[in-house]
Amino acid sequence: MLSATGISKRYGAVQALDGASLHLRPGEVTALMGDNGAGKSTLVKAISGVVVPDEGTITLDGTPVRIANPHDAQALGVSTVYQDLALCENLDVVANLFLGTERRRWSLLRHIAMERATRDLLQQLDVRIRDIRVPVAMLSGGQRQSVAIARALIGEPRLVILDEPTAALGVEQTAQVLALIGRLRDRGLAVLVISHNLADVREVSDRVVVLRLGRNAGDFGTADTTQEEIVAAITGAGR
Amino acid sequence: MTDTLARKPYTPKVAVERLRQGDVGAWPVVGGLVAIAIVFSALNDRFLAPENLTNLALQMAATGTISLGIIMVLLLGEIDLSAGSVSGLCATIMTIMHVKQGWNPLAAILIALAAGAGIGLIHGLMFTKLRMPSFVVTLAGLMGWLGLLLFLLRQGGTINLPFTGFISKLSDTWLPSWLSWLLVAALVVVSGGSALLTRRLRLAAGLPVTPLWWLLVRTGGLAVLLAAGVVIMSADRGVPLLLIIFGALVVVFDLVLRHTAFGRHVYAVGGNAEAARRAGINVTRIRILAFMLASTLAAAGGILAASRLSAVNQQSGGSDILLMAIAAAVIGGTSLFGGRGRAYDALLGVLVIQSITSGMYLLSVDSSVRFMVTAAVLALAVAIDSLARRGAAQ
Repeated sequence: MLSATGISKRYGAVQALDGASLHLRPGEVTALMGDNGAGKSTLVKAISGVVVPDEGTITLDGTPVRIANPHDAQALGVSTVYQDLALCENLDVVANLFLGTERRRWSLLRHIAMERATRDLLQQLDVRIRDIRVPVAMLSGGQRQSVAIARALIGEPRLVILDEPTAALGVEQTAQVLALIGRLRDRGLAVLVISHNLADVREVSDRVVVLRLGRNAGDFGTADTTQEEIVAAITGAGR
Repeated sequence: MTDTLARKPYTPKVAVERLRQGDVGAWPVVGGLVAIAIVFSALNDRFLAPENLTNLALQMAATGTISLGIIMVLLLGEIDLSAGSVSGLCATIMTIMHVKQGWNPLAAILIALAAGAGIGLIHGLMFTKLRMPSFVVTLAGLMGWLGLLLFLLRQGGTINLPFTGFISKLSDTWLPSWLSWLLVAALVVVSGGSALLTRRLRLAAGLPVTPLWWLLVRTGGLAVLLAAGVVIMSADRGVPLLLIIFGALVVVFDLVLRHTAFGRHVYAVGGNAEAARRAGINVTRIRILAFMLASTLAAAGGILAASRLSAVNQQSGGSDILLMAIAAAVIGGTSLFGGRGRAYDALLGVLVIQSITSGMYLLSVDSSVRFMVTAAVLALAVAIDSLARRGAAQ
């Protein structure tokens, strides 16, 4: 569905990406792994429009597209959940889900329509929040992550990018979020997960793409790859 | 499904939970008001007399209107220190246009409000485009606009408004009793009716609703409060038009903040500006608009103050008006840290401050004591705010 080919990006003297490629398919969870500085974030930023690559092409369904800013990416159906979630903690779940895309009639907010849509979406995703009218500040870390992911779905995207979705979570909440990622796949979305955590990646992903020093260092089917092979690709020990 | 159908706002467990999370609501202020009423009426039986309460309503309007503007910038987590000077300056502009230039009073009022909006635009641009801290921008405004006020008034230092003119009449108009009761009935019917309608729509949508008895209690409480106010003030001169103007502003801004995308975005920017920006909200526009509203409301407050005094002079908008307006907003429950507060905070806060002022005045206490007492109340309010914020962060 979405392909990035031969992406290069240089920050001053640092070659962050050197011809890296990534191919994403609907209904598939792809994990992007690599050591610190391997170029994971830069590649994701190129797809989500935060940085413009120096070289390389991005195609959507085979046609080349130009992603110059986050707005372009959203218009193409690419939705990104950043590690810091970017939620307004003083607002409730409904307000956060529709932040910037409020439904209104005669410039008045349609509270009921938005609350209903929020409830239905959270129910579909099997996200359990007792009262969606309480400020997000009162939710647990896993619930906040779930809210951030649910928000990414409001614009009916085709690709959801998750940056370290389980980094700050405990065991039980991690399991909840991983299950949620699985349900995104079941909805037929392409999902790209950046993660450091091998166990999480093996549990949730269909495919693992490894970057090393800005280049592709491996592309594995998760089911038929051992942990050692992935680690070797990340550290470069196999070469 | 069935267990989610009833939203119980005040089961003790939920109340304690919310309290711990910092969502204390209006209860501390309401409690404070009751305490103030009990203490002062025990010390002086004229405190709760109709004449004193009517005067209190008159005194509230100007400071309360300025305070409402302060709330707009406090919600963003910013501050406006210039509101006092701006109120004085805009009142002076109105008076000069009306008295010296012979303009129609309404046109003079409009030009004063426009001047307020222009001043707010300048503040907002300095804050957003030059990236100056709002504290410094409006501190410069505090001095600069006061300077302009003194410059405009330099011959004489005082300009009187005609006592029987339209502008002075604003603060000397009293609603006939039938009109007051009609207003009370309309307010109760509209607020109760919209609550019931919302409840029905929510039920139809399968969303949790507040229990019916709670809606009835709330509407009944509103009716009792408004009726009591009308009864008391009718025993004196009637309900002052000034109070209606202030009350209408509070209601309008409450509706704007709660039911429009603009209001929602104000809270979002105050809560997490970066998140708001990434969600596609034009943060700069929201900030500039908030500063414009603050200065325009300051101008409106200045006009009401000039109307009461029937004059502008070098003290217009000076002395403690700014501090009282900020204190009122915070005492009412608006957070200094942004993102939390309501328009009604201006009403509640200024009621507390004016009650203290009025009570102290009746007891012929020196103004030094009044300042110290108000300071203590303000410190208490900020302490609650800070603790609430810490509670919410955990």
